[in-house]
Amino acid sequence: MEPNAFQVIWFIVWGVLWGVYFMLDGFVLGTGFMSGFLAKDDTERRVLINSVGPVWDGNEVWLVTAGGVTFAAFPTTYALMFSNLYTALLLLLFALIVRGVSFEFRGKMDGAGWKSGWDRAITVSSFLPALLFGVAFGNIFKGIPMRNDFANADFAYDGSLLTLLNPYGLLTGVLFVMLFAVHGSLYAAIKTTGDLADRAAAMANKLWLPLLVVAVAFLGYSYPATRLYDNYLSTPLLIVLPLIAVASLLLIKIFAAKGRLHMAFLFSCLTITFVCFTGVAGLFPNLIPSSLDPLSSLTIYNSSSSLYTLKLMAGVAMVFVPIVIGYKIWVYRIFRGRVSSEDVLESHEAY
Amino acid sequence: MDALMLSRLQFAVTCMFHFIFVPLTLGISIMIAWMETRYVTTGDETWLRMTKFWGKLFLINFALGVVTGITMEFQFGMNWAEYSRYVGDIFGAPLAIEATVAFFLESVFIGLWIFGWDKVSKKVHLLSIWLVAIATNLSGLWILLANGWMQHPVGYVLRNNRAEMVDFMALLTNPYGLLKFGHQIASAYTVAAFFVMGVSAWHLLRKNEVPFFKRSFRQAALFGLVSSLLVAGIGDSHAVDVAKVQPAKFAAMESVWETQRGAGMHLLQLPDEKNERNSVELLLVPNLVSLLAFHDPQAEVKGLKDFPRDERPPVLPVFLSFRAMVGLGTYFILASALAVFLSFKQNLEDYRLFLTVLLFSIPLPYIANQLGWIVAEVGRQPWIVYGVLKTAAGVSKNVSTAQVAVSLAGFTLLYGALGVIDIYLLGKYARKGPDNDLSGIINVQGRG
Repeated sequence: MEPNAFQVIWFIVWGVLWGVYFMLDGFVLGTGFMSGFLAKDDTERRVLINSVGPVWDGNEVWLVTAGGVTFAAFPTTYALMFSNLYTALLLLLFALIVRGVSFEFRGKMDGAGWKSGWDRAITVSSFLPALLFGVAFGNIFKGIPMRNDFANADFAYDGSLLTLLNPYGLLTGVLFVMLFAVHGSLYAAIKTTGDLADRAAAMANKLWLPLLVVAVAFLGYSYPATRLYDNYLSTPLLIVLPLIAVASLLLIKIFAAKGRLHMAFLFSCLTITFVCFTGVAGLFPNLIPSSLDPLSSLTIYNSSSSLYTLKLMAGVAMVFVPIVIGYKIWVYRIFRGRVSSEDVLESHEAY
Repeated sequence: MDALMLSRLQFAVTCMFHFIFVPLTLGISIMIAWMETRYVTTGDETWLRMTKFWGKLFLINFALGVVTGITMEFQFGMNWAEYSRYVGDIFGAPLAIEATVAFFLESVFIGLWIFGWDKVSKKVHLLSIWLVAIATNLSGLWILLANGWMQHPVGYVLRNNRAEMVDFMALLTNPYGLLKFGHQIASAYTVAAFFVMGVSAWHLLRKNEVPFFKRSFRQAALFGLVSSLLVAGIGDSHAVDVAKVQPAKFAAMESVWETQRGAGMHLLQLPDEKNERNSVELLLVPNLVSLLAFHDPQAEVKGLKDFPRDERPPVLPVFLSFRAMVGLGTYFILASALAVFLSFKQNLEDYRLFLTVLLFSIPLPYIANQLGWIVAEVGRQPWIVYGVLKTAAGVSKNVSTAQVAVSLAGFTLLYGALGVIDIYLLGKYARKGPDNDLSGIINVQGRG
């Protein structure tokens, strides 16, 4: 098939979907695994859960969409990404499943054991996806040991879960965890009230420096560990992406220190999306590089759908994505208020 | 067992488990939307209490349906990589469209519905449950169009070492997908109707909240009668389509071995696959199979022997599942017709035997739904895409037997535990009955 512009468009959409997903689920996951450190009692835990309650499901759909778009636009990448990373994705699935039901189940029975059990489940099942997504994307940036013969549809992978746990993969995992920890703490700070909100703001301030250290290490280590920098050297204009990421990261601290937490959260959103964009732009035209042989890398050219399918899906996306964004913003505005202890104690509906 | 067998088993386990929760969601969301509509238009608080009570059960059920759905999307790539690569060009599209068009709508507005009682006006709140109901049903449409394509592939060419889409409209208007959607959606409504009737029966037997549960019962009975009639009606057209495009599956459903004109149906029959015949054949109704398959008593029905052995589905499970499904479907029509009749009597709660029967009927539509999927999916074997790609050729080559064994064990344990908890909670909240104190909601809603 001839290379075409729709492959590039879908590459961009693919990157944007992941970026938006990490930004949106990032604060749900972050609030989830930080809840044990932020909340002091059962009511405060419920406040935290209810602060993400109306939106977590809608946020997770960005993941489903990212997966669906990988399937529809780059089926060969979808097939090899999901089968090669089988065990990591399995753990991710289990965690996401437990996370989702925890919210619903936790409040459905009384009893300290029941509640503390689901509290632990929320912590672990929120932490694990943060780490696993980081490890997975670190390895995608770096390349995974696959040998692909596209002409004969013959694909081999000689890695395992342990292959993914290399230093660079783990560092990216830690980066994601730290990003989501700050992001989730800031979300809790702007969505709750009283002591809980103060504690969350203090936590975000405290975690920022470790995040900065990890981020600097990530940027530095990416140079020897990946080929992400090649695109930036050949197309200097792209440097705008990491610059926004770095500037946003600094602005988080500037605003958080002043107590302007909504602005700090906004820049935390930008940091996460632009860290993702920085990595994805460095990959182009690869979706997943091979660490063994550049010819085995999955690119937008050798793994995409036919032009017919790409065009059709572009039409669908152009019509429906603006509608989705429109009603999502509308619903976010409806729930823009803070959640207080009184709210969850009075409500019949709260988790 | 090898990775192929384990992957098939895992797909069956995760799919069937997912489908314990989906049918109730599809049907009860519509019933609840109707209850809330009645509340908003009449102001009658019983409708609001119904909305809240059935809504709580809906949400407990909904949670597990949602989280187990992600597995389905990941699993194609994880376990069926060769399949995904080969057909992703055409099969990926309906899945991506489902997420964009339906799944977002459902998940965003379910949040508004659960948490929005005191945040939006009555009408906007009502709109949100209708959007949830429409979105879940729309989700079903895209999934069944995708599945319909696997059953009866259309609108594609084999090119570049894979199947490529050339006609999206063909996929969209594939009669197989549309009939299956209609049949399935009505079956899901039947699940919800019998669920609401059964839970109502439990309370009526205890003379608990009688007006509340009588009203719930009547709504469910009417919904159940219409749905179960639609299941049969659309199912009949669906079977005609299957006979035309998947003759081997149809022959297995009826266990027809010899090609014959004017094929009759034995009411008692048992296939003997090894000897390619039926070991039991009793009570013949002449010409019935031909009539059902082609709406023509003299039509020719192709027998299993006309297909090479390696292109026949396993006959026994398909045949038995089909018979049991049809039997249950007939029961649903009779039971819901009687329920409608009795629901208009003043003393419904005195028909204790019938109410008890309905209580124990709750699982039956669930079982019928699962049997239907056994007919559809086992009946499609040995193909993963009928006539195009064999199941054995679709499995991931880069995933080891050990990996699938571990994941299958993990899914079984995790799903088993979550299923037990969820069904326990459903039972607990179903028995608890409706809340009386709605003042909080009504007061704040007045402001909206």
